[in-house]
Amino acid sequence: MARQQGNDIDALTGTETTGHVWDGIRELNTPLPRWWLWLFYVTIVWSIGYWIVYPAWPLVSSYTTGYFNWHSRQAIVEDLAALKAKRATMTDRIAQTPLEGILADSALLDFARAYGRAAFADNCAPCHGAGGGGVKGYPNLNDDDWLWGGKLEDIVQTIRHGIRAADNDTRQGSMPAFGRDKMMERGDILVVADYVRSLARLQVPANTDLAKGQKLFAENCVSCHGDNGKGNRELGAPDLTDQIWLYGSSKDTIIEGLMNGRGAVMPAWNQRLDDTTIKALTVYVHTLGGGEK
Amino acid sequence: MTRPESLTHKSMTLGEAGAALAFGLLAFLSLLIAAKAHTSEYAFHAYLFAAGSIAAVFAIIDRYYNRPAEKAPLTIDGKPNYNMGPVKVATVAAMLWGIAGFTIGLLAALQLAFPVLNFDLSWLSFGRIRPLHTSAVIFAFGGNVLIATSFYVVQRTCRARLAGDLAPWFVVLGYNFFILIAGTGYLLGITQSKEYAEPEWYADLWLTVVWVVYFLVFLGTIIRRSEPHIYVANWFYIAFILTIAVLHLGNNAAIPVSIFSPKSYIVWSGVQDAMVQWWYGHNAVGFFLTAGFLAIMYYFIPKRVERPVYSYRLSIIHFWALIFLYIWAGPHHLHYTALPDWAQTLGMTFSVMLWMPSWGGMINGLMTLSGAWDKLRTDPVLRMMVVSVAFYGMSTFEGPLMSIKAVNSLSHYTDWTIGHVHSGALGWVAFVSFGAVYCLVPWLWNRKGLYSLKLVNWHFWISTIGIVLYISAMWVSGILQGLMWRAYTNLGFLEYSFIETVEAMHPFYVIRALGGALFLIGSCLMVFNLWMTVRSGDTEITTQSEPSLVPAE
Repeated sequence: MARQQGNDIDALTGTETTGHVWDGIRELNTPLPRWWLWLFYVTIVWSIGYWIVYPAWPLVSSYTTGYFNWHSRQAIVEDLAALKAKRATMTDRIAQTPLEGILADSALLDFARAYGRAAFADNCAPCHGAGGGGVKGYPNLNDDDWLWGGKLEDIVQTIRHGIRAADNDTRQGSMPAFGRDKMMERGDILVVADYVRSLARLQVPANTDLAKGQKLFAENCVSCHGDNGKGNRELGAPDLTDQIWLYGSSKDTIIEGLMNGRGAVMPAWNQRLDDTTIKALTVYVHTLGGGEK
Repeated sequence: MTRPESLTHKSMTLGEAGAALAFGLLAFLSLLIAAKAHTSEYAFHAYLFAAGSIAAVFAIIDRYYNRPAEKAPLTIDGKPNYNMGPVKVATVAAMLWGIAGFTIGLLAALQLAFPVLNFDLSWLSFGRIRPLHTSAVIFAFGGNVLIATSFYVVQRTCRARLAGDLAPWFVVLGYNFFILIAGTGYLLGITQSKEYAEPEWYADLWLTVVWVVYFLVFLGTIIRRSEPHIYVANWFYIAFILTIAVLHLGNNAAIPVSIFSPKSYIVWSGVQDAMVQWWYGHNAVGFFLTAGFLAIMYYFIPKRVERPVYSYRLSIIHFWALIFLYIWAGPHHLHYTALPDWAQTLGMTFSVMLWMPSWGGMINGLMTLSGAWDKLRTDPVLRMMVVSVAFYGMSTFEGPLMSIKAVNSLSHYTDWTIGHVHSGALGWVAFVSFGAVYCLVPWLWNRKGLYSLKLVNWHFWISTIGIVLYISAMWVSGILQGLMWRAYTNLGFLEYSFIETVEAMHPFYVIRALGGALFLIGSCLMVFNLWMTVRSGDTEITTQSEPSLVPAE
């Protein structure tokens, strides 16, 4: 802006204005604040310095790699290697020790539980809850009620191969849809539902025909759930007498199961997690409260 | 009701006839698409387009029959004959969308604190409400404020009537029609999944037409100015309009599956798509939410405070530095991703260099009050704008800080980002908009002043407390979240599961919702105040509205 002769001087600040007026707005010709200018220069110099030491400018088929020769890919590889090295002594021992041996060695057990807890939080918590408490349809892992068995070898099998998962050795067996597939009359289903509730010593209507219920149960259910409804771990058939329910104890919920069947899936983890992690997870789950000898 | 026996021969202008014809064709095309649309949601949008086009044809013809034969004069008695109709409509639209956008934001905040409020309804779920909120506040509220103030400021500072006859109306109504399509699209699940650019190809095409007309109207007005120089606010408006056009075209380059389908595929892919997206996304912040609102600051603060702008030289330097540096800063949204290291470095360093150019605007805004600081005590509208500039300074320091990779490794993906955005959005953008609209409404409707300055004061304090609650809750929760994510036990394992970090956020989400509720209450007071100003305020005698300062008691 060329200085114009005789521009107004702002009375309050004593600064010259540019002489323009827009809709009553004038402009002072105040110089740039020095601290502002110097800070601006500092950020520019700092940036140039950063470009010299770090990758910064694209070239035709490469880029300036910088004095430090730093690569983010290399940095993460190093970080992961450092973490792996930090855990190496203990993870190697876990890899080499059988599951029972880990339980017997208190230092190894502590490490495996910490390892398992972290792996559980990353992989299992979305379904089973951060503490393994479970929610409807996803078993509580803190209690001693097991669908497929609570011994170390049962748990490791379940984690490796999953339940009803896409894996050749996965655990098989599901509750049929008695109603939907016309295997049982609707009226019969209502009777069986009440009978199942009676097995768990829950209140049933006074006029319930428990004898008929027992007969229907014997015809349809005992092959999996057992003569006395105690379940069968080979097939993952739950114990119906223990008052621990995967889906709920209400008559409606039981009828829902009888009508549509049940068959939730747990993924097979052997292709996602390495064997050491699976062993640590096994120990962690086993020691949550319900591990069986 | 004009009599037909006027002396001059009246005929349709080329613009009127052309626009009517174009809308007629668009109505036909829309009906065709509606009939063959692949999805019912898309058919619904096509019907909206048809209805809007038919309404436009009728409005153009009706306006033709009711208008005088001659075009509106550019000047009356040597004074510019300003065209304030579109400004008024955009101002009202801004306030309505503002309330809607803040309300939806509050719902989104409550959904995060209490997920049951998703009500298991797909169209009310967080995933659809969130883009509805961001677009409603940025583009519907902010966009209408920008259109209203730019059309007002460019006329006043150029002493020229707005260019075009139908064109300014097309810009205002067409833009709001875009908002309608975008907003209903989010609720119905139509999205191209690009943050802040969710609307699909047909909405983008429509916005392109509207935006080009906006640019032409603005430029046409500048060209016909009777002032020798272009005022600084208008530089910022031009930078905003032009750059947004370029960004919009670049980021929305897409190929529709079919003209009968709402779905399209972006031409960019992989990390290049990510880079284009954040080049767009960060410059939506830089040019929509910063340059545009700096323009508002440069007009309304000196006008309200009746003092000259602090430094002309600073305004030049910081303007060019700002627009040159901003355009590079996008990659800082993609630190520690597949984006090449060199691009991350450039994004970071240019963000740091952007610090002082941003503060140049803050200095010019604040120091314009030198010699008149006492007005802060008596004028809550001015106080609102000055606090907005302070928030601008704060968030433009925080931004470069967060762009530094070491800081970003903690802050990225956490609520800190949300807090940063809202200190800019609530503190800077919304507050400077509120200040401008508090100034504009009495000027536009020829009122002596606002209905109640006391209510403005209440608005100021309630909303300020709301903002402070919001951003401090997000700072704490963001930093807590970042620290929990990276916490390792001494055995070398991650300390927390993701769900544990989510649980830890709950109290802060409740505080955030409370802050949002206060902000909403404040803006409701504002709408009431403006409504009463227009309804019951005393009309000023002068035909050319001048700012009227009424000191508070």
